[in-house]
Formats: sequence, structure tokens, C-alpha cells
Amino acid sequence: MPGKTHVQTTINGEQVDFLCEPRQSLLECLRDVIGLTGTKEGCNDGNCGACTINMDGRVVTSCLVLGVEAEGANIETIEGVADGSNLHPLQLAFLENAALQCGICTPGFIVSSKALLEQNPDPSEHEIRFWLANNLCRCTGYDKIIRAVQDAAKKMQEA
Amino acid sequence: MTTADYERNMILSNVDYKVIGTRPVRHDGADKVTGRAIYGADFDASGLLHGKILRSPHAHARIVSIDTSKAEALEGVKAVATTADFPQKDGNKWLRDNILASDKALYAGHAIAGVAAASPHVAEEALALIEVKYEVLEPVLTTQEAMAEGAPILHEGLTTQELGEDSGVVSNTANHFQHVKGDIGKGFKDADVIVEREYDTKTVHQGYIEPHSGTALWGPDGRLHVWCSTQGSFVVRDSLADLLDMPVSKIRVTPTEIGGGFGGKIPIYVEPVAAILSKKTGAPVKIVMSRKETFEGSGPTPGSNIKIKLGAKSDGTITAAHAWMAMEAGAYPGSPVGAAAQCVFSTYDIENALIDGYDVVVNKPKTAAYRAPGAPNAAFGMEQAMNELAGKLGMDQIDLRLKNVAVEGTRRPDGPVFRRIGAKEVLEAMRDHPHYQTTKPDGHGRGVAIGFWFNIGFDSACNIAVNSDGSINLTEGSTDIGGSRTSIAMHAAEVLGIPVEDVRPSVVDTDTIGFTAVTGGSRTTFATGWAAYEAAQDVRTQSIERAATIWDVNPDSLDMEDGVISSKTDSELKMTFKELASQMSDTGGGITGRAAVNPKGVGGSFAGNIVDVSIDGETGKVTVERFTCVQDVGKAIHPSYVEGQMQGGSVQGIGWALNEEYFMNDQGNMANSSLLDYRMPTSLDLPMIDTVIVEVANPGHPFGVRGVGEANIIPPTPAIANAVSDATGNIMTQLPLTPGAVLESGK
Repeated sequence: MPGKTHVQTTINGEQVDFLCEPRQSLLECLRDVIGLTGTKEGCNDGNCGACTINMDGRVVTSCLVLGVEAEGANIETIEGVADGSNLHPLQLAFLENAALQCGICTPGFIVSSKALLEQNPDPSEHEIRFWLANNLCRCTGYDKIIRAVQDAAKKMQEA
Repeated sequence: MTTADYERNMILSNVDYKVIGTRPVRHDGADKVTGRAIYGADFDASGLLHGKILRSPHAHARIVSIDTSKAEALEGVKAVATTADFPQKDGNKWLRDNILASDKALYAGHAIAGVAAASPHVAEEALALIEVKYEVLEPVLTTQEAMAEGAPILHEGLTTQELGEDSGVVSNTANHFQHVKGDIGKGFKDADVIVEREYDTKTVHQGYIEPHSGTALWGPDGRLHVWCSTQGSFVVRDSLADLLDMPVSKIRVTPTEIGGGFGGKIPIYVEPVAAILSKKTGAPVKIVMSRKETFEGSGPTPGSNIKIKLGAKSDGTITAAHAWMAMEAGAYPGSPVGAAAQCVFSTYDIENALIDGYDVVVNKPKTAAYRAPGAPNAAFGMEQAMNELAGKLGMDQIDLRLKNVAVEGTRRPDGPVFRRIGAKEVLEAMRDHPHYQTTKPDGHGRGVAIGFWFNIGFDSACNIAVNSDGSINLTEGSTDIGGSRTSIAMHAAEVLGIPVEDVRPSVVDTDTIGFTAVTGGSRTTFATGWAAYEAAQDVRTQSIERAATIWDVNPDSLDMEDGVISSKTDSELKMTFKELASQMSDTGGGITGRAAVNPKGVGGSFAGNIVDVSIDGETGKVTVERFTCVQDVGKAIHPSYVEGQMQGGSVQGIGWALNEEYFMNDQGNMANSSLLDYRMPTSLDLPMIDTVIVEVANPGHPFGVRGVGEANIIPPTPAIANAVSDATGNIMTQLPLTPGAVLESGK
């Protein structure tokens, strides 16, 4: 069995150290080593977006990042999106607009949408569809997801 | 692209409800937007081992030998399982062989052996050390190949059931059945116009984002506990009991949250292997499929070969209809051709009809249910034939359908007589919709289609415990794939006159609730909702009786409305449900309600589409420009989640129409088993999906519910094909309508 590497990261604002094998993906480290199972695995090859996280300001699919590559990185996962017990406007908008059915893709969509609204507070429908094209949802047909992001954008601008 | 006007253009029933028809936030919502909800793969247990499954690279092969010794010797490997570890009982060989193959591998991806190890990576390394000797056989991959004279045979013991009798002929056709109504010979003789065509559809997958997963712990007390992502915890329990030859009472199945199913998470795959590996090791064993395994080793919906012939008078009256449908069952008998036969002509009142159905085994994964299984295949043919018929008659698409539409009293060719249904109302809503009334943009094609799904009832149970603060805890057994906890809770809230936020619904394990059938067949809100309705009625009756005891009056003199118990004769006697709840303990103990139902008043659902497409003349790529889904749901309990079902089913249908297929090479290996190459629709591929909820109340449910989950996937493939035909002038007889197929269609 290969030896393990010590990795030091910041996850959701807290310093997190973990040990991982060189072959373990960051997704596997988050879920199985650190215990943050809010980030989901749908395909393990970068095509479904369920494992989307924010790493050093970039939206990435964590299944395509190795755990050892997270050394020194600043990571935000779905568990860090809410402010304590206050849900983020996107989380509220997903609930109020019924933008989830089974919910397995929802963490990825919220992390991805949050990054969009940080860069573009007033995206058009097309811009939202383009940005979210790497996140697959099989339940909703995306209609209510698009509307939830539009709703959150509106509320965040009003706030 | 701008956001289209989104008219919540609903035809509402005229009964007033307090809770039913509102749009509350779902009870499990906060957990699901924060990542706290525990899905199958998220489950953890102390001492957990990880399992992996070795799969056949061959679509058709005899298994000569399996040598697991080298795998067992690898450091970190705790146990290896093969089919020999299952009790070898009669009557379930096909079920057992699909979990772990015995004498033959019948599809590429067929499970051969399982390994449990300390880490998933070690388990995977061990798989490479298992030596399997195969004698490779020629595969059969379509119904045409499988039914051909001299085709390689999958099961030497399989003989065709021919119209209900064993023919004694060994073949890949497991079953040929017929439904006959009237005399099609006479009907076609009476026809002024006849259309006849053959259609082909490919194997497609449900495409749920969460792969299959399950964890098993075989305890030292001989009891098996399984935690898994499933559409039916009791199905898992009962299938495990059969496979493992155990009483159901020794098996407990706890359903985790489920990341989509659409029918594909009704059968079991990894759970029995995890159970065997846990029995061997004494530790909990978790098995999570990869995406590739999910494509190749779980059950898709079949490819099919369908011939439709219709005859009509010049005024549009259909005089005869014949459907010939062969569907791929996959490796073992059991395609959805039976369901397809129940649906293919059921939208219409046809005097003379004949339906031939063929269930055919091929070297592909054993098919599973997928949202209205079989019906979209059938409708792809039937609703294009209706399009062609309308063209020949010079009639409007919707007028031709309305001319022949089934109504209350119409006998379906497969036997049942319709009670009140909403096919006519759906077609009228389509005809009157601004989308249909607006001239299509230049160069676009427009198509319409309608589909029928019968929906099911079956067993459901529900328990309610009243809390001292007047809220209730509701427990039920239907795993919640799309917000059904809330629609079920709304039934109870309506009966008791309390806010839905005062209901705490939980989906519980098989030890904790009465038998509840699968979340499938669009039955959950209908049947489990009904159980909640009855359990709440039980609470209501007991609450009235308790108040009668407190006031020392006859319970018949009391009523309970809007959460208040009051006397019909004495205006002084009034108490809220909350007040009563606070006094339960002192007045006789807690109040609990219960119900178990198997409702027979199932009401079928019709869904129709209006679709506009544009086609890139150079590449043949089809873009859906505008899409409207109209569906009769009986009564929309939670309209947002009803719209969500309609939109989701529509988009799965769009994927089926334009992109999705199992792309197999001639050896039966899937060449596109990733979500990059098996191309499901992304947000960028789609317009908004407009919905029109039609509410023709089902007289067989206390609130009129029919069920909404499935009918919406039926019309998209023919509606889009009809739209492409409208744009190109060419009839599209094969799915999917890839750019190449569209370009080729004119040649």
C-alpha cells in the first residue's frame, strides 16, 4: 500500500490537515477522509458537476483534483455556503422555487451558482444556462433551477 | 434568449382547500441545500469495509471457471463472493444470476464476483487478480437479431409462451401476447385512408445522478441490516429474503435519501453482494457503483421495434389499429412491452384494434422500469402515425385526436373501461394554448403528441403521533425522490386543519412502518397520500372522542374543522386541536392514528406536448425552441412539485428524442458509458418548459389525485419527431434524432 502524504488546507474558513494516498481524489478526501459528504459523486470523471467545490476562487470538479494538489489551497464546499444557521439567498431561493427534487445535484448547483453571482450579479437566462452547463440535473429539467438563480440574484441585489 | 412568459395556466378544480394546492417549502429542504442529507454513498458505519464488483467484459459467454485465490491473498482483502455463496434454491435463478452470474455472462457489465477490502482501491486491485475463464459466444443485441431464425440462444431452458401457452419451442422470445378488440380486418376494409410504418428505438438509461449504492451488516444475531438508496425498501427486503433464503423478519432495510431513480432503483444489484461479504467478514460492507457500472450493470429501458398500422374514414374516424411491438427484455425475460400494450392505443376510442406484444431476451443488461416504462416507445410510433394520418386526411393534428379521443366509458383494447379521464381536456388545453394558437416562426417545425399512463395503487401505510404542542409526527415508507414527504404531509394537514409546517414527515425503515410498495407507478402521492389521509381521519375521530370525554357529551354532537373541535349544539364548547393535544396525557394518554391502504380507485393520466424546433441546415442539429407540457394530474397537491415532475419528464423525453442511446459495438460493448458520451440534456440545451396543469379530479381519491410522475415522458419523442418532420418534410422512424439522422432523413 502506498504511503500517505500530509496535506494542509483551509476548508470553509478552518485549517484542515489530512493524510491521503497519492491516488486519492480531493473528492474522496473530502468525503471519506475528512467526512464532508455534502459534496457528491455522480460520475467521478468530471462530467456531472455533483462534486463541484470552490478552490482558490475557481469552480472545480473535485473528482478531477488529487487530494495532494490541495496543499495550501483555500476550499469552499456546500457545508460552508450558509452563514451558520442562516441560509444563503441561493439556498433559500432553491427551496422557495422548488428547484430541487431528489437533491443529489443541489450542492454542486449551489456552489456553482454562488460563484456565478459573485462574478456576475445580474446574469441573463443564457448566462446562467451557460455557466451551469457543467452541472447535470436529471429531475427538474433545469427550469426551476434557472428561476431560483434569477430570484436569488434579484434578492441579493436588493439587499 | 429571453425568459419566456411563464403562465401558471392552470385549470383548477372547484373545491376549496386550505393546504392542498399551496406551495410550502419542503420539510427535508434545509438538509438538502446544505449538504446534510445522507444519501446511499454518504452512509458510514464503524469498521466499514468497501466492496467492488468484477464484471464481464463479454456480452455473451459461458463461464468456464472463476479462480479467486490470488485476490483473496492480497493484503487488505477481507472476503470474496461469487454466486456459489447464495443458497442454490429453485425458482429464483434469473434473479440470483443477475446479481452474480453463474453458468453464463449475458451482457458486458454482468456481475461475476464481489470483493470486500479495507479500502475501495484495494478492492479494485483485487478484482484484477480474479481469474475468470470465458468461452465467448456470439451476442444478439436487438429484437430483430434475437428473433431471427438460427439466432444464438441466451437461455437453453427458455421456451416461448405463445398466447398464454407454452409452445415448447426454445427461443429468445419469452412471450408473445395479444389484445384483441373488434375485428381489424373489417376495420381496415372500412377505412378510406391507411397509414403503416415501422419504428425503432434504442436502449436508454434513466440517468439518475446518484449511482447505486448499499451497505449491509450481517449481525452476530443472524439479522441483516441494509442501508441503501432505493425506490422501495420493502422490495429490497423481500428480494433479499428470497435470494438469501431468510424470513423477511430477519431483514431490516433503512432507506437513505435517494438521488433519483425514475424506476431504475426498484431492482436490487449491490445489496445482496454486500450482504454476503458482510456475512463472511462480520463487518459492514458498502458497495457503490461507478457511473460506468451504473450504465453497464443496472437496468436501462429497452430498445424496441414497433410497427403501427392505422385506418380511418375520410372524416377522421379511426376504424382500425394494429400495433406490433417487440421489446428488448435484456438478459432475462421481463421487458415493459405489457405496459406498452396497455398504453399504445388508450388515448383513443378505437372500435377495432389488435396489439401484438413480444418480450425478447438480448445480450444487454436486464431492463428495469423507466418512467412510464414501454409507453414512450409505443407512443413514438403511434403518435407519429397519427401525425401522418392527419396529413393524409388534411386535418388539424389536435382535431384528429379530439375526433377519436377516449372518454369515460371507452373500452381500452386491453380490456379496462375508463372511468372519468382527462384526455379530452388535455387536448382542448393544448388546442387553446397561446403556443398552439401562435403562428410558428419561419423555418421552425411544430409538433404535437399525447400520451397515456395508467398509474398504480398498491399498499401504503402511515402512522401519526400527536405531540403535546399540537403538531404531529407522520411516519411513512415511501422513499422521497421528488418532494413526496411534503405532498403526503399536506394530506394530513388538510384533514386536521393544521398548517403543513406542524406536520413532521419521516420516511422510516421496514421495521418501523407497515408494508409500503415502491415509489413508482406515479403511486406515491396517490396511495401513501391516501394512507396519510386515513391516518389523519383516525386522529380526527379520536380527537373528537377525546373532547367528548372531556366535555361528557356524545361524540356525534361534535365536529372538527380548521383545527377546532366544537359542538354542533352548544356554542360554549370549543377547543383547538392544540389545546386538546396539551391535555392528552391527563385525559387518557397520547393519540396516535394509523392506516394501511391498497386503494383501487387509480386514475390514469394523460400528458400532451406542443414543441417548436429549429434545425441547423448544415449540421442537422435540432434545437428545441419552445416546449409546452399539458397534463391532467387529477389534483395538484403541491403545484410546484407537480410542475417539476412535468418539466423533468419532458426533459428526459427531450434527451431520449435527440441524444440518448446505448451506443453498442457489434460485440455488445457499450462505447459511451460516461456522462460525457451518453449525452443527457444540460441547461444550455433547453428552453424554459412551460406547464399547464389540468385538474380533472380522479373520483377514486379523496382529493382527486391521479399521480403525475410518468405520463409526461411519453409525448416528447413523437412530438419532437413530428416537429422535425414538419420542418424537413421527412418522417423520422428511428431514435435518437441525431444530427446525422436528421441530415440523412432527406436522402
